[in-house]
Amino acid sequence: MTVLFGPDRHPTAETMTPGRSDTRAGSDSFGRVLHAEWTKFRTVRGWIIGLIVGVLVMVGLGLFVGGNVSIGCGTPNGPQLSGKACLPYIPIGPGGEPVTDSFSFVHQPLAGNGSITTQVTSLTGQYQVGHGNGPVAAPGQGIPVSMASGTEPWAKAGIMVKASTHQGSAYAAMMVTGSHGVRMQYNYTGDIAGLPGKASASAPRWLRLTRSGDVLTGYDSADGSHWTRVGTVTLTGLPSTIAAGLFTTSPEHVTVDPFSRRGNSVLTPSQATGGFGHVGLADGWTSGRWAGTAIGAGNNADYQVQSPGSARSYTQTGGRFSVTGSGDIAPVVAGRGSGFPTYNINQLLVGVLGGLIAMIVVATMFMTAEYRRGLIRSTFAAAPRRGRVLAAKAIVAGLVTFVAGLIATLIAVPVGARLAADKGEIVLPVSWLTEVQVVAGTAALLAVAAVLAVALGAIMRRSAAVVTTVIVAIMLPYFLCLTVLPEAAADWVLRLTPAAAFAIQQSVTAYAQVNATYSPTNGYFPLAPLAGFAVLCAYAAAALVLASFLLNRRDA
Amino acid sequence: MSRPAPAGQTLPVQPGLGHSAGNAGRPAAALSGWCGSLRGALHAEWTKLRTLPGTIWLLAGIAVATVGVSVAAVAATRCPGGTCFTDTTKLSLTGVQFGQAVVAILAVTAFCNEYSTGMIRITLAATPRRSAVLAAKAVITGVLVLVAGTAGVLGSVLAGRLLLPGNGFTPANGNPLLSLAHGPTLRAAAGSVLYLALIALLSMGVAALLRDSAVATGVMLALLYLAPILVAIMVHSPHWQHRLDRWAPTIAGLTIQDTTNLRNLAISPWGGLGVLALWAAGALLAGGLVLHRRDA
Repeated sequence: MTVLFGPDRHPTAETMTPGRSDTRAGSDSFGRVLHAEWTKFRTVRGWIIGLIVGVLVMVGLGLFVGGNVSIGCGTPNGPQLSGKACLPYIPIGPGGEPVTDSFSFVHQPLAGNGSITTQVTSLTGQYQVGHGNGPVAAPGQGIPVSMASGTEPWAKAGIMVKASTHQGSAYAAMMVTGSHGVRMQYNYTGDIAGLPGKASASAPRWLRLTRSGDVLTGYDSADGSHWTRVGTVTLTGLPSTIAAGLFTTSPEHVTVDPFSRRGNSVLTPSQATGGFGHVGLADGWTSGRWAGTAIGAGNNADYQVQSPGSARSYTQTGGRFSVTGSGDIAPVVAGRGSGFPTYNINQLLVGVLGGLIAMIVVATMFMTAEYRRGLIRSTFAAAPRRGRVLAAKAIVAGLVTFVAGLIATLIAVPVGARLAADKGEIVLPVSWLTEVQVVAGTAALLAVAAVLAVALGAIMRRSAAVVTTVIVAIMLPYFLCLTVLPEAAADWVLRLTPAAAFAIQQSVTAYAQVNATYSPTNGYFPLAPLAGFAVLCAYAAAALVLASFLLNRRDA
Repeated sequence: MSRPAPAGQTLPVQPGLGHSAGNAGRPAAALSGWCGSLRGALHAEWTKLRTLPGTIWLLAGIAVATVGVSVAAVAATRCPGGTCFTDTTKLSLTGVQFGQAVVAILAVTAFCNEYSTGMIRITLAATPRRSAVLAAKAVITGVLVLVAGTAGVLGSVLAGRLLLPGNGFTPANGNPLLSLAHGPTLRAAAGSVLYLALIALLSMGVAALLRDSAVATGVMLALLYLAPILVAIMVHSPHWQHRLDRWAPTIAGLTIQDTTNLRNLAISPWGGLGVLALWAAGALLAGGLVLHRRDA
């Protein structure tokens, strides 16, 4: 029966002409199968239209999302601005990223090298109790009536050396935190752990910062005589005269909005008061007059519980200081509600879900159409090694989808980001490597989903069942995580289901030192990008193996 | 097989199937003729759907998927203490969002199957009034979904009633036991069943419009799930979020499940279900027109 197809196309070993090696014949015939499958794909007009629709949906939704942002921000004098008018009020850190930089600073200018030492004896705080819909105190209104006492986990009090009192300038600081012990933090993103535990009058924390040129070294101590080095950092381009002194700040209190239909977080203002038992300047620095400044006062209206910069923000009795502050010194993270309009590039890729559906439909039909039309019998007669046909189909579907997806993401991300930026959004900056990961990774996600659809098509043979299975397996878990599932459950769903692959779209960094909602809605996933992608690949591989097994066992 | 003449035109009619296909000029007679066709078609469609092996599994799937996801969602949500404002009724009905996918497959396959096997030509030869065929399919599928949906929704409410107190949602902290005697809960539960039936009608219309089961399923799933994801992502576009909340078929339709904080809804619960009904009616109308115009 094999003679029917002529010796050249012959895939089985026993009829091969002598002298031709097995592998040579194998690759030759696989090439032919691949070519046949490519011809089938390219000549069905509906499938090409499906791919184009997928690309258009991805690009269209990306540009729609990017072009329809409307944002507002608070300003020092009160008026709400919107769009690009907000940009000048957004501090940019030394690393080029948008940062939050507001705190109470009791400081003096100091030139050259030296060291500053303090003893923190207390850190207490309170936060506003509210329901999201409640009014937020405007600057200067004083403490709202409904305040609860409690120190934010990342409330901070300590000593700081800062290039200037401008928001976003370089700094290094040693601090006591609400519940994360002593930390050395620098330039907004850097965070090194020191002594654990809280500071109190009976167990104070001693902190020291030493400057030597651009290099700052932080020390901590429980008794003021035995010092431990916490970290050494280099602040490039630190001017000769810097501002050094005591600071206190307290980030917003995070609760889940009980009235939100989507479980959004509510951020309510909080403030903290640090008690300092001693401030000492040494090693070249000599004490002058202390001045109190509320850094970043008013730029984020929601931060200000207490009127900033007022006489009450710090008191000095002899050598003792008490500094009260509100705000944060940290990178802006998505979903923090920092008062700054920020955007992740993966938000521009929401259209991928639409494109995914179109491409899954096309890939499914690529396989199931063979069964519907009975073409599969001719296909297997021409290429009796059924696993190869499956492989060829998977490769064609995967490659075509990858290319189509790449075209879409290559347009949607840069153009969408441009549109969002024109509306005054700050698109959170990412390295080019991350951008490649998101853009190419998304296209790869589509390709693997298409391969999964091809494999399931061979297993299930019925288009509606396959389309539903693939979409429900990939999209539905993601959908449930974005809408109804509580965070803990969502984390597990995004680890175990094929939807884990959306982790490849994570472009933002989660900072342990910023208390925020690191949820999928804000672009954070429980698995690392490649690990999440590997989960989907594992599902596709398992489906391919099962499909190849069933193809060989079952009648076509 | 040749294309049968459109409805309303005189045709030789087999005895026993729709008594008067003719009398195009008299609306009342035409209507009674249409009803006759519908009766025959209803019987035929019921026989077809009843004898398909997949139907019973898909119907069971609607109930199981609805209850299963509801149980999972309820089990995963805890009230840590104090006052919890979670809408426990809506939480217990979470599974409807999964069950609707199965409803869509049931409706799409009920229609598209005939196209993939060529059966549609026989069906339309037997019942030349194509609108009656579509109506019969929609009615039969809708009724079946009502039955399966009722089972799923009742199971979900029961699961909520049994599991929620164990997770901290006790009457003591403002979360009374779920009960259908509670007006809003009854509205949410009954509305969820209607919601599933409307999704079936919408899917039927889309299937008639697109004919291919893979494409129709894809479009339906996009309709069901894309808008909610868009709303979740488009946090910086409150205007569009509001529009989608009001007009997207699934988001608007599912407001029927809300029992707390109704003032903050973008659309009232019954209004939302009405929006979904408009979508379903529009899809059926468009599907009917396409069915009427095109070759089978």
